[in-house]
Amino acid sequence: MTTALLLTVLALVAFAGLAVVVTGDPARQAITLSLFSLTLTVLFLVLQAPDVALSELVVGAAVVPLLVMLTVRKVRGPKP
Amino acid sequence: MTYACYGVAAWLLLIGCVAMVRSRNLVHTVVSLSVAQAGTYVLLLGVGYQRGAVAPIEPAGPVVDPVVQAMTLTDIVVSATITALLLAVSVQIAKRHGTVVPDELHELRG
Amino acid sequence: MTLRVRTAVCLLGAAGVAVLLALAFFKMPSFGGDWHPYRDLVRPIGALHATPNLISSVNFDIRALDTLGEESIVAASVVGVLSLLQPSKEERKSIEPAERPVASAVKLAGYLMLPVTVLLGLDVVLHGHLTPGGGFQGGVVLVTGWHLLYISGSYPALARLRPIDWCEYAEAAGIGLYAVTGILGLGLGTEFLANFLPTGQAGALISAGIVPVLSILVGIAVAGGFLVLLAQFLEQSLIREGSDS
Repeated sequence: MTTALLLTVLALVAFAGLAVVVTGDPARQAITLSLFSLTLTVLFLVLQAPDVALSELVVGAAVVPLLVMLTVRKVRGPKP
Repeated sequence: MTYACYGVAAWLLLIGCVAMVRSRNLVHTVVSLSVAQAGTYVLLLGVGYQRGAVAPIEPAGPVVDPVVQAMTLTDIVVSATITALLLAVSVQIAKRHGTVVPDELHELRG
Repeated sequence: MTLRVRTAVCLLGAAGVAVLLALAFFKMPSFGGDWHPYRDLVRPIGALHATPNLISSVNFDIRALDTLGEESIVAASVVGVLSLLQPSKEERKSIEPAERPVASAVKLAGYLMLPVTVLLGLDVVLHGHLTPGGGFQGGVVLVTGWHLLYISGSYPALARLRPIDWCEYAEAAGIGLYAVTGILGLGLGTEFLANFLPTGQAGALISAGIVPVLSILVGIAVAGGFLVLLAQFLEQSLIREGSDS
């Protein structure tokens, strides 16, 4: 049971990571990065690391996508 | 099964690096760096895992390794600030050179 | 170098690294085994110093010097962001926060969740030595909760309730007092960052020596640093350059 759960979550993490890097538009990458961090949090919980899961959830799903969205807004410049 | 966890860690690290090399946008590069870093977290936690053990809080019985977890959790928070620094650099590049496409940044050519 | 040549070289390198990693993985102890020497060294010290959360014990007691180094990385990158994102004189004149309409459901959710998140952040920081948590996680939870003000309201509301100067002082104070606590250990005859406070009873709020003290200091420093960081990015994204949306 644990082995199946661990394999499933690992597969989810691998797919989510692939989804983040193939998304070309950085504004959309913020959303996929948030989902990737969510799958990582679940993986860390299955690997019996609640501290690390809490850290990854807050940083990866909230702070870094916010920074990416603000940067995209700034570098895109004035819209035509 | 034994190597699935390490394999996923290596996969994340390698696709992060390949995406950084192939990237056409500096912000995309920074996000791919985050993916590569996530690969190292998975590797660290995979090394410390023990089947049938519990989290290292109120230990009674076998627990997983707390040293790698301590390293990983400070690493996650610190790498968020490094990501912010890299994004600030790309904002300044956009302001000075007007583009965030790495191939168009002629002045940075060594 | 064109993109195709770059990709080809990179894939060649990646293949080489993959081979090296595979060779290394086959020689590592098997995944899920029970040979963890660091864990066996850390566990008795955690029990001796009455710290149920072994990870906080490692972070703030056994490897406290390492945490001081990581704190200085945070401080250095905040300084870097501050110097990179200073608005120039022309930009400073045209900062205007947009008053965009926010749906009332979002406003309600934000105002309800703000005290809950801030309390949760404080709880995570204070109980770092007892339950999963500590200074790093709690500080970031606090910052995220505080920015619910921006999401559910307007930027002026956040700017009023977030005195930037005090955040900068808080970050500096957190790191400085961390080093001072270490020097107090030196002054009392033991080594730098030794656990010199009484350890008390495991599970009590005041226990585990300097672990909760250092956890609170790190929480203050991380929260201050991230607030300053996000403030710089928010101000930059609000600068109007000519005709912007």
